[in-house]
Amino acid sequence: MKTTKLIYPLVLALAATLATTGCKHKPVGVTQLPGQRPMVGENNNPTTLPNTPPINPNENPNVNPMALPPPEEFDNMLADRAVLAAYTIHFAYDRSDIRSSEKANLASVAQALSSDPNTKLLVEGNCDERGTEEYNRSLGERRALAAREALAKLGVDPMRVETRSFGKDKPVDPGHDESAWAKNRRDDFVLLHPKAGM
Amino acid sequence: MKNIHLQLINIFLPVFLLAAAVARGQNEQNEIVIQPTIRMGMTPPIPVSLDGFTGEAADVLKFDLYVQGFSFVSPDAAQYLISGSNAGNVQGRVTDRFSKNSLLARSYTGASIRREAHAFADDIVMAIRHEKGIALTKIAFKAEQPDGNGEIYVADFDGHNPQAVTHDGAIVAAPAWVPDRLALYYTSYKLGNPDIFYHDLTTGQRRAIARYGGLNTSAAVSPDGTKVAMILSKGGSPNVYVCNADGSGLKKMTATSEDSAPCWSPDGQWICFATKINSRRLLAKVPAGGGEVQIVKTVGVSNPTEPDWSPDNKWIAFTSQAREFDICVVPIAGGDVTLLVPGEDPSWAPNSRTLIYARRTASYRYVLSLLDAPTKQVKDVARVSGNDSQPAWAR
Repeated sequence: MKTTKLIYPLVLALAATLATTGCKHKPVGVTQLPGQRPMVGENNNPTTLPNTPPINPNENPNVNPMALPPPEEFDNMLADRAVLAAYTIHFAYDRSDIRSSEKANLASVAQALSSDPNTKLLVEGNCDERGTEEYNRSLGERRALAAREALAKLGVDPMRVETRSFGKDKPVDPGHDESAWAKNRRDDFVLLHPKAGM
Repeated sequence: MKNIHLQLINIFLPVFLLAAAVARGQNEQNEIVIQPTIRMGMTPPIPVSLDGFTGEAADVLKFDLYVQGFSFVSPDAAQYLISGSNAGNVQGRVTDRFSKNSLLARSYTGASIRREAHAFADDIVMAIRHEKGIALTKIAFKAEQPDGNGEIYVADFDGHNPQAVTHDGAIVAAPAWVPDRLALYYTSYKLGNPDIFYHDLTTGQRRAIARYGGLNTSAAVSPDGTKVAMILSKGGSPNVYVCNADGSGLKKMTATSEDSAPCWSPDGQWICFATKINSRRLLAKVPAGGGEVQIVKTVGVSNPTEPDWSPDNKWIAFTSQAREFDICVVPIAGGDVTLLVPGEDPSWAPNSRTLIYARRTASYRYVLSLLDAPTKQVKDVARVSGNDSQPAWAR
């Protein structure tokens, strides 16, 4: 052990000398890099979209009565955002169940739909900012679906109702306090009329 | 035991190096690696010194090495000495200060100083830690405008060289890379509803692969590129579905009540996602071929969402939510959680140690940030919109 200790600095010095001398003789490697091509091709400007229908047919509504209708069934409808604006319903934090305080508004929406059988309904589900983005997109959808289920119980054919979640992307109040959050946790109802001639 | 082992190396290392140097007649690198166990959030960085680089080259090297677990100290405190220059082109050397062993000596030509410096950073990581670096990798993300609409972007991993993928002027969300290809899946509200599109970045061609009634979002591509997991609500509740790369062969995977944000295990055997069971928010996983949903326990934190499974099959990174949001990791089998830093929506780099995530600023905007999970070293990436989120690392 004592011998090792004595030899140690000598060995280290020798190794260091060899290492540094070696370095001077060693040729430096060269890496030839290819120029950087842009990731996105020059013809990438997809401002228009092919109106691709779903590849799979929707689930058989006879099997699942709450399955959603395909989006084409809502093509050629005109959206009226004003007529049901007073009946927006609100939710508790992180919840999608319909509170009893909101049931009168839902009854009014059901009434509007039953008074004109040609109309359809878009339910838009929204969240406050206290949740991650995709979590909120699912929570907003649950809120819209909860209204659809409640309207079905009030006699509205669920095939007349489509849902859309905006997660936390469309707050009505941009604030960051409970008063803003309470307004943003909501379902908006948009009445859809057939376009003239349809 | 560990001490004895280290002492033996201490005694014999110089002798061994001498013998090897003599035998080879030059100082080629000898592989003696003392790799400390990686402990998430508690591993000290590797101290290096950086000399001779200026401007952009110095900035790039510092950034790239910092977010991969290196720290910068003076030469007399460094474990490795990095030196070189960027006069004309980038050239550099790496020397082990203790063994005096030269680990790397290279020059880089044919590209911008920025790209040459990235290439040198990758070689430094390989020379010192024997791991593939991330300096030439790519990210995709969502850049939101003040009106709530946004576009999908791709960029270098540090946020430089951003390019818009979409020009939709609509809400967009949740980009996901096809492994080893310049192609993305993402969500766009361009047609009104949130629909999932496949987009080939080279040809600019795209098409809808999921345009059902209700929610179509959160695409995640299987490691072999043949399957896509996603969240659809066509069946009356937001659930995990899987289809082929072109949208055909759709299959419902779960019957839970409120699923979100699926990801794949690197062997393609599992799909992990966030869900609600008995009103509790949990992480769960389901066999990719179908089967029973199993809970992934996240002990010590509440409201886990946005899981991402590490490419080395060891960790699941995710977001927990108490008062604020935190980036966390848990072993893939579930168990005790390591809380790392405040943030949301983590995505693993190919090196299974660096994460990119969205950090909320004091003004409630999102900034993309990089986190070296073992050392907890953090750096923001270059911004595109002032509200960039939902990052996805190409791997």
